[in-house]
Amino acid sequence: MLVSLNWLKNYVDYGALTPEELGELITKSGIEVDGIHHVAAEKSEQVVVGYVQSCEPHPNADRLSLCQVDVGDEVLQIVCGAPNVQAGQKVAVAKPGAVLPGNFKIKKVKLRGVESNGMICSLAELGVDEAFIPADMAEGIYVFPEDVEVGESVEALLNLNDAILDFDLTPNRADCLSMLGVAYEVSAILDVPLNLPDVSVTTIDEKTSDYTTVAVEDPKLTPYYGAFIIKDVEIKPSPLWMRNYLMAAGIRPINNVVDITNYVLIEYGQPLHAFDYDRVGTKEILVRNAKENETIVTLDGQERTLKAEDLVITNGEEPIALAGVMGGANSEVTDETKTILLEAALFDPFTIRKTAQRLGLRSEASNRFEKGIDPSRVKEAGMRACQLLQKYANGKVLMDPAIVDHIDRQEKIVTMNTMAINNRLGTNISTDEIKDILRRLQFNFEVDQDDFSVSIPTRRGDITIFEDMVEEVARIYGYDNLPYTLPENASRPGGFTKEQSLKRAIKQYLQSVGLTEAITYSLTSEELVSKLISPDIQSEDVQPIALPMPMSEDHKFLRLSILPELLKTLAYNRARKETDIAYYELGSVFLSNETTLTKQPKENLRLAGALTGTWTEHKWRQEKVTVDFYIVKGIVEGLFQFLNLPVVFKQATINDLHPGRCATLHVHDQLVGFIGQLHPMVAKQMDLGDTFVFDLNMETILALHEDKLAYKQIPRYPSVVRDVAFVVDQDIQANDIKMSIETSDIPYVTEVDIFDVYTGEHLPENKKSLAYSIHFQDPEQTLTDEVVDDAFEKIVELISNTYNATIRS
Amino acid sequence: MQDQLASLQEEALAKVEEVSSLDELQQLNVTYLGRKGSLTSVLRGMGKLSPEERPVIGQLANKVRETITQAIEAKKATIEAELLEHQLAEETIDVTLPGRPVQVGGSHILTAVIEEIEDLFIGLGYEVREGPEVETDYYNFEALNLPKGHPARDMQDSFYLTNELLLRTHTSPVQARTMEELKGREPVRMICPGKVYRRDSDDATHSHQFTQIEGLYVDKNVRMSDLKGTLDQFAKKIFGEDREIRLRPSFFPFTEPSVEMDISCKVCSGKGCSVCKQTGWIEILGAGMVHPKVLEMAGYDSKVYSGFAFGMGPDRIAMLKYGIDDIRQFYLNDIRFLQQFHHA
Repeated sequence: MLVSLNWLKNYVDYGALTPEELGELITKSGIEVDGIHHVAAEKSEQVVVGYVQSCEPHPNADRLSLCQVDVGDEVLQIVCGAPNVQAGQKVAVAKPGAVLPGNFKIKKVKLRGVESNGMICSLAELGVDEAFIPADMAEGIYVFPEDVEVGESVEALLNLNDAILDFDLTPNRADCLSMLGVAYEVSAILDVPLNLPDVSVTTIDEKTSDYTTVAVEDPKLTPYYGAFIIKDVEIKPSPLWMRNYLMAAGIRPINNVVDITNYVLIEYGQPLHAFDYDRVGTKEILVRNAKENETIVTLDGQERTLKAEDLVITNGEEPIALAGVMGGANSEVTDETKTILLEAALFDPFTIRKTAQRLGLRSEASNRFEKGIDPSRVKEAGMRACQLLQKYANGKVLMDPAIVDHIDRQEKIVTMNTMAINNRLGTNISTDEIKDILRRLQFNFEVDQDDFSVSIPTRRGDITIFEDMVEEVARIYGYDNLPYTLPENASRPGGFTKEQSLKRAIKQYLQSVGLTEAITYSLTSEELVSKLISPDIQSEDVQPIALPMPMSEDHKFLRLSILPELLKTLAYNRARKETDIAYYELGSVFLSNETTLTKQPKENLRLAGALTGTWTEHKWRQEKVTVDFYIVKGIVEGLFQFLNLPVVFKQATINDLHPGRCATLHVHDQLVGFIGQLHPMVAKQMDLGDTFVFDLNMETILALHEDKLAYKQIPRYPSVVRDVAFVVDQDIQANDIKMSIETSDIPYVTEVDIFDVYTGEHLPENKKSLAYSIHFQDPEQTLTDEVVDDAFEKIVELISNTYNATIRS
Repeated sequence: MQDQLASLQEEALAKVEEVSSLDELQQLNVTYLGRKGSLTSVLRGMGKLSPEERPVIGQLANKVRETITQAIEAKKATIEAELLEHQLAEETIDVTLPGRPVQVGGSHILTAVIEEIEDLFIGLGYEVREGPEVETDYYNFEALNLPKGHPARDMQDSFYLTNELLLRTHTSPVQARTMEELKGREPVRMICPGKVYRRDSDDATHSHQFTQIEGLYVDKNVRMSDLKGTLDQFAKKIFGEDREIRLRPSFFPFTEPSVEMDISCKVCSGKGCSVCKQTGWIEILGAGMVHPKVLEMAGYDSKVYSGFAFGMGPDRIAMLKYGIDDIRQFYLNDIRFLQQFHHA
């Protein structure tokens, strides 16, 4: 809502406050003033209305005109470059000595050898902000209507001294979608009187009922419909002041009839519609629901196909307007219109909203119907329009408008008492102060001791309950005046759940080993949604979830894996020469096996990582380590060690990963994720180099985690280490041998470490050597060589038999 | 023999004085004090001495041995000290050469902001709750006093998956879920950080995905001044002790009265500048007293219980706090952006 302060002044006197000060007070009381626009940023002086007596071509220049302009006390010769200057026009003349915005001083000059004593101005030259200049006035000089006085200062005529407050209205304050509503608000905030417009109309001795009747099919959808007949109207431009106000409100002036309906729309917040009575064609108005697939050509020339839920105004036969949304072309007011049927009505907000939304026809009018208008001002607004049509279109208003009225005028009562209000606010406001606040708001009330019974005026449809009144009292009392307190209830320690603490600890771990947290989008593309899905998810037969109405193809599907979008960020960095990246992300993926979603998908918390490029580099020592499988595996192993969970890596094949460098992770035989190198083909498609990834099901892992730290005695007796190298077939996996030893019942074995892997010279084809350090320990005593030798022999025998291994000497 | 011992001592001490290496010193030790050394050979003549002379000479010989030993030990210490000094001099390195870099990562700036806020409210006795990102229409809107067809639904254009499911447009549904879970029990003190989604085209100030933190406090006798005091603590902790807050009336369907909270502009200290659009204030969050309908729907008697709720945007807070001018930076994950915030 754009509020012109010059317009507002007609109803409420805000004294000497600057627009900025007034805006600040309004903002603090509940309506955010989002901006303040001055029609002209700077003042113009000595600019007056001039009459162009003659306009001849400039003797020395094709594009210039030589004008003789009467400015009241003298006639000035002025050279003008505007293409639209003509004799007989009334124009804005900056006389010699005038100063235009930008400190542009007007002097007598010679232009191409001819004397020019001033300047004929455009609106822009007068400092009018482009936003307020109607399209048809943007080019060339401004031309006044004929009825302005020559010599008059243009400042007031063009509303140049106006400031406009831009209200960012919340949906509840529909009352301030009208100048009168704003006036009530300002009157309450400043505690100054309110002057409401006089709407008296002189009618002629003819009855409306001889011209039309009104019927409403469903009073619930149309609680009020008033039809006023105004005869003998003269279509012409509206008065300059009205045009100025409309422009300030962001509405383009058209002609007096349209302008008057728009003026009352802004003044009262009441949408009106003017029909050309003669084009209505019948003596009947019927408001009804549209017939399914009925059509109407609206004012914008478009044919609209209607649904039964739409509401239409008809002439008894066919639609002549789409109720509350837009008029019909068949009954539109034209320059030839003589008699007007003026509609002032109240329609059901939901019906208007649905129709306007479906047809994409949101307008100043539909917006007000949707948000709710003051039912007790509908008729008054109609009368106001009649009065203005009488005055500015020479119309004759008929007696007794045709009205169907089902409005419930009962004012709502809200009860409250002083203590309840103070308890809710934490204040100590007196009953007298509350009385005064209600007086300022112009709410009627009864009070018994400290108990109030407040009648809520119909213009404030947003107030229905006690809490609404708490807000009214508080905002007039001033939120600034509320004390600062903390709750006085018994306090209790706050804290994280076990899972939340673990999540934080895991993030800390990952960061301390060199990973950086990334946050990517949950919505991804069709191409990426199917990539890199973990086997634990694959096995659940999930269906990707698509948005029916995505904003873009890039963000169309809910992610099934964090990795694709994470890899996109690696590519983004790589494209910017940032090739060394180690990212992790902790977030949800969305799992459902329904093809048509009927319930919420399962949200599965996952931890994903993607690493590429150089891992560490010590440049002057020429030491450089590039990210590889085992670096990433080490990070993941460290994580499980940190969580005190035994993890097993099993060779696996997973789509989009290098078939020979990929493993699934298992804890207690439960599949908890995977790790691997991105398949070189996929890496190439995504503009990535060698990239290594992991993806873990955190939900499973957090559930498996047990809080079971306990002290164990530190061994008192030394351990003994024996090294051994086995020669085995190439396809034997190192960990299998380690596990065989560790899980055998051979005594005293505490740990098996692999310390060398060798293939090549001195070994047969397809064989490799795996060397292990085997640790033995007895918690009770120092081990003797004989005991260790015996255990060691058993191990050698076990491995030789199980893996067809030989000892490498 | 006394003279022999005296000259032996003199000679030995002179030699010790001359040597410059540990090897030579060891050699001297053998030469004079060893089993076949000079002192031993002088003492071989002891047998020829009278019983009266023997102890005298013996005593003298011990003294000579002791004197030479001491001299050797002293010389040894000197040489060792010199050697060590030499070694240390040789081991001197250029300490200005860079050390081996340690790879350290860090939190995303949004996580850092969220964790800072979590820690503050945990200190005030709150717990942290989480909720689903795909919400039902009921929890996202209806349970928050936004029935179907409510004009305020326009304020938040949503990504619907079906008629009844959507990507949550705010973290407020967790309010309703938490109260419902506690079924009228008190107190409710929780915050809920998380991702939210709206149908906005991504630009410098809009993102279709962003983060929010919801807060809720429900108990008996909770007052609006408690909300004001709590938000003041929040603002001072997060933005600095010298920040002022101001509450303005506003509208949210799930609170009544509703407020917007502004903080005084840090750039101009409230005088007015381009950052605060000349107002001296910057909008930070929305809040209010929980609407009685929301309490009732979740099973709390609104005549007995009252409460406040607030919702803030970590994205906006981070942008204001660090002067970030484009919200998309948070989701592009440019390493040069993320690393700027990896400092204590």
